[in-house]
Amino acid sequence: MGKPSDLVQGTLDLLILKTLSLEAKHGWAIAKRIQQVSGEVLQVQQGSLYPALHRLEQQGWIKAKWAESETGRQAKFYSLTAAGRKQLESETANWNRLSEAINIVVQEA
Amino acid sequence: MRWLHRLSIRVRMLFSRGEEDARLNDELQFHLDQQVAENMAAGMNEEEARHAAMRLFGNPAALRDETRDAWSWNWLERLRRDIRYGTRTLVRTPGFSIIAIVVMALGIGANVALLTVVRSVLLKPLPFKDTDRLVRLFEADAQGRFQDSIVAGGTFAAWKQQAHSFEGMAATRRVSYNLSGTSGQLPELADAYTASWNLLPLLGVQPALGRSFLSDDDRPSAGAVTMLSWGLWKRRYGGDPGILGKTILLDARPYTVIGILPVWFTYPDTRVQLWTALYHEKPPSLMELHTAHNFDVIALLKRGVSIPQATADLSNIQAQIRRQFPDGPVMDAANIRPLLEAQVRNVKTGLYVVFAATACLLLIACLNIANLLVARSAARRKESAIRCALGGTRGRLIREQLIESLILSIAGGVLGIFFAFLTLQWLVSTRDDIPRADAIHMDGIVLLFAAGVILICGLFAGLIPALSSSDRQILRTLHESSRSLSGRRQSTRLRQLLLALEVGLTVVLLIGAGLLIKSYRQLRSVDLGCTVKNVLTMDINLPKVDYKTAAKRVAFFEQLQRRVRQLPGVRGAGLSTVLPGQHRIRDDVFTIAEHPPLPRGQVLDASTRFVDPDYFQAMQIPLLQGRFLQADERSERARSVVISETLVREYLPGENPIGKHIVQEMEDGPQSYEIVGVVDDTLEDVTRPAYQTIYYPLYEGTERSAVLAIRTASDPNALALPVQKIIAELDRNLPVADVLTMDQIIGQSTLNQSFDAKLLLTFAVLSLILAAVGLFGVLSYIVAQRTTEIGIRIALGAQREQVLKLMLMDGLRPALVGLALGVAASFGASRLIESLLFGTHPFDPVVFVTVSVVLLVIAAMACAMPAWRASRVDPMQALRSE
Repeated sequence: MGKPSDLVQGTLDLLILKTLSLEAKHGWAIAKRIQQVSGEVLQVQQGSLYPALHRLEQQGWIKAKWAESETGRQAKFYSLTAAGRKQLESETANWNRLSEAINIVVQEA
Repeated sequence: MRWLHRLSIRVRMLFSRGEEDARLNDELQFHLDQQVAENMAAGMNEEEARHAAMRLFGNPAALRDETRDAWSWNWLERLRRDIRYGTRTLVRTPGFSIIAIVVMALGIGANVALLTVVRSVLLKPLPFKDTDRLVRLFEADAQGRFQDSIVAGGTFAAWKQQAHSFEGMAATRRVSYNLSGTSGQLPELADAYTASWNLLPLLGVQPALGRSFLSDDDRPSAGAVTMLSWGLWKRRYGGDPGILGKTILLDARPYTVIGILPVWFTYPDTRVQLWTALYHEKPPSLMELHTAHNFDVIALLKRGVSIPQATADLSNIQAQIRRQFPDGPVMDAANIRPLLEAQVRNVKTGLYVVFAATACLLLIACLNIANLLVARSAARRKESAIRCALGGTRGRLIREQLIESLILSIAGGVLGIFFAFLTLQWLVSTRDDIPRADAIHMDGIVLLFAAGVILICGLFAGLIPALSSSDRQILRTLHESSRSLSGRRQSTRLRQLLLALEVGLTVVLLIGAGLLIKSYRQLRSVDLGCTVKNVLTMDINLPKVDYKTAAKRVAFFEQLQRRVRQLPGVRGAGLSTVLPGQHRIRDDVFTIAEHPPLPRGQVLDASTRFVDPDYFQAMQIPLLQGRFLQADERSERARSVVISETLVREYLPGENPIGKHIVQEMEDGPQSYEIVGVVDDTLEDVTRPAYQTIYYPLYEGTERSAVLAIRTASDPNALALPVQKIIAELDRNLPVADVLTMDQIIGQSTLNQSFDAKLLLTFAVLSLILAAVGLFGVLSYIVAQRTTEIGIRIALGAQREQVLKLMLMDGLRPALVGLALGVAASFGASRLIESLLFGTHPFDPVVFVTVSVVLLVIAAMACAMPAWRASRVDPMQALRSE
C-alpha cells in the first residue's frame, strides 16, 4: 500500500522545519500551514506527516511538548531545536541550489 | 550534545513504549478530531464529517505502524514477538522440541568437548617464553629409519659445544626416586626429572619460591639439591615455606630443597614430583658416551634460524661424531621437531579422527532436525499459504522458521555446553596420560566456537525447510481440496535426500568405528608370549644406600621370591627388570665371541632384561633349547644367559646357540656370558613384532630395580596385600609401586587405541539411532499423508502385502542410497585412519559387510512399524477421515 507522494522526496522535511522556524505548532497546524502558504498546492498527507515528524524528532532536529491547543485540548507541539535550525539552513541552501539548477535546465531547453 | 538527546529519546522509546504508544494515539486522534471539526464547520453533519475525515486520514493502524517505524528499536519488538511466537509453537509440540534439543545438545556438546581437547592439547602453545622457538632434538640416521632416537650424553655435550643455531640446549631424563623423610614418614616412589641446570631458564620458568638450579649445582662434586613441584610441596609438606633449605631423602641420600616450582609448571606432565640436577646425578663417564642414548634434549633456536637450517647444522656435527666413532650404536644425523609436536605426536591422529567423527555427528544431528522441520513445515503448509495470501511476506515466514530453529539450537547448545563440561571432567580424570591433560579446559575461544556452531546449526537446520516452501506453491496449496489424495512429492523428495545423506554419514562413522574396534581387538588378542591371566605385578626399587653390595641385593630378591612362593594360591613367582608389554626400557650392543669381528659400523643390539631363575616358569615362557638359569649361579658365578628365539634367527641362523658366548663391553673391560638356553619370544609392545632379547641373571646382583610377577590360582588382586606385607617385613622402608595385573599393563599400553575405538563407537551408535529416528519419522509422515490413497488402493483390491512392500521400499530407498554413498566415502575415509589400524586392512571386508547388514537391519526395523501400520489401514476409515 504505497502512500500518495505529492512532494518531492525529502522536501517534506524542509517544509516542516521551515514551518516550525517561526513558532511551535502541532501536526494538524503544520499541515494546514503548508497547505495555506502554498496556496493549496501542497497537500500534506497524514501518512507522510506523522512518520516524518517522529523521524525528525528522533534525529534531534525538532522537539515535542504537550501543551494546550487553541481549542483547549492537549496537543503535541513541535518546535525547532538549535540543531534543527542549522539543518534548516543547510537544507534551504541545498534546495535553492537545486531549484535554481532545475530552473536553468528547464528554461534553456 | 545532539547524540545525547538522540540517545535519551532512544532509551525512552525502549523503556516506555506503552506510554509512547498511548501518546501517539492521542496525537493522531487530535488530528482526526480537528479534521472532523473543520468538516463540520464546512457544513457537514457529524456523521458525514467523521466519515470524510476517516477517508482522508486513511488506515489509522497502518499510519500508526509507519510512524512507529520511525522509532528505533522496532526491530527489537518484532524480534521479541517472533521469539514469543516461535516458543509458543515449540511448546505446543513438546515431544518434537525435546528430541530436537537433545539431538542438538549431543552434537554440539561432543564438538565443543573435542574442540576443547584438540585446542588445549594440540594447538595451544606451551606456556613458555619464546615457545615458538623451542624444539626437541633427536638423533637420527641419514637413511631415515630412526628419526626420534633420544640423545647420548656425549652427543649432547658435542652438540652444545659445536652447534651455532641455538641460544641454549638442555638435557633431561625421567627418573624416579624413593622419597622418604628423615623422621620416619611413609616412603613413596616419586616420579621425577633430572635436568641440566639451564632447562628452567631456557623455558623461561622462575621458581615460585626459593631459587632455580645454578650451574654450580650441576656438577658431580656439588652438594645434592632438588626443586619440588607445587603439587608435592602442598601435598607432602603442607605448603610450608620452611622446607626451603631443609633436607629430604631421595634414595636414602640427603638433598637440600632449594626451590618450589610454580603451580602452572606441569611440564612434561602432572605426575612429575621433583627435579634434580643432571650432571650431579649421572656419572661423568656416562655423560661422555656417544653410545648410551639416554636423554631428551630441548633447545631454543636462535632468532631467524629455521628448523631445516638447524637440522643441517646439527646433522653435520653428528656425521662428524659418527666418523670419529665408527663402531657402536652412534647415529649419523639429527632430527628436530617443535617441542609441542614432539610432545603430542602420538595422540594427534587419534584426536583429529575423533574430532572429525564429532563433526559428522553434528552434521547428522543438523540434518535430522532439518528433516523434522521439513515435516513440520509440510504439515503447516496450508497455514503458511493462507498467511501469504493475506499479505504475509515470504521473508517473514522464513524468518519465523529460522527463529524457531535458532531457538532449538540455542537451547540445545546451552545444554550441549553443559554436556561438554561434564565430558571434559570425565575425560581429564580418566585420561591423565594424554600429554598436557591438565591444560584441558574451555576458554573464550571455545565458547565463541560454540556460539558459532549454535548459530550455523540453527541457520542450517532452519534454512532447508524455509527455502523448500516456495511462494509458487501457495495457489496450488490453496487449490488442493481438503482431501489430498497423495503426498506432495517435493518435500518428500527433499526429506529423502537429507535422509540419504544422514545414512551415508552414519555408514562412514560406523565403518570407522568398526575398523578401530577390530584393530583394538586384534591388539588385545595378540599373544604376548607369556601368560597374562591371573598375574599380579609390582615394582620393587632397592635404595642404593642400604643395598650397596651385590650380595645384599641378591639376598633380598631371593628371600622375597621364596617367601612369596610360599603364600597360598601362588602358582609361581619370578622377577624381571622388564615384563612383556612394558615396552623397551633398555637395550645394549654386544658381540658374539665365536663370530669373526663385524665390519666397521655394524653392531648387534638386543633388548636387555635381568631375570631370576624362576621367572620363565612363573610367566610360562616356554624353553625351546638348553636350560633355564640356575639359582646357584650368582654374583661372580652368574655367567650364563638365556636368549630369545628372534635373537637366534637374527644373529645365529643355522647355528647351535648353546655354548656360544655373548660379550658385553663393560666399564671394567669386556664381560663374557655363555648362552645356556633359548626361550620363545615375548613382545615388548603389542603393536610391534618381537625384538631380540638377552636375559641376564638378576642374581648377578647388578640391578636394584625389578618387577615382581606372581601367577596365582584365582583373583590375583587378593594377593596384593599379603605380598606387600612380606615386603614390609623384609624392609619396612621399601616403597612398592604400580601394583598391577598383567591385564592392566596390557590395558595401559593399548589405552589410546581402546579410547579412540570406544569414542568412535559411541558416536557411530548415536548417529545410527539418529538415522533410525529419521527413517522412522519420514516413513511415518509419508504413510500419514498417503492414508487416503492407501485406503483407496485397498478398497480397490490391493493386497496388504503389496502395500507393505510398497511402503517398505519407500522407506528403504533413501537408506540404500545412503548406504551406497557411505560405503563409497568410507573407502576414502578409512585410508585416513590407516595409521591408527593394527593388523586390520582399511577396506576390511568383514567390517564393511557387517556395517552394511547392521544398517539395513536397523533401517528395515525403523521402516517396519509405519509400513505395517499402512498395510493395516481400514479403507472405510481412511476414506472417511479428514
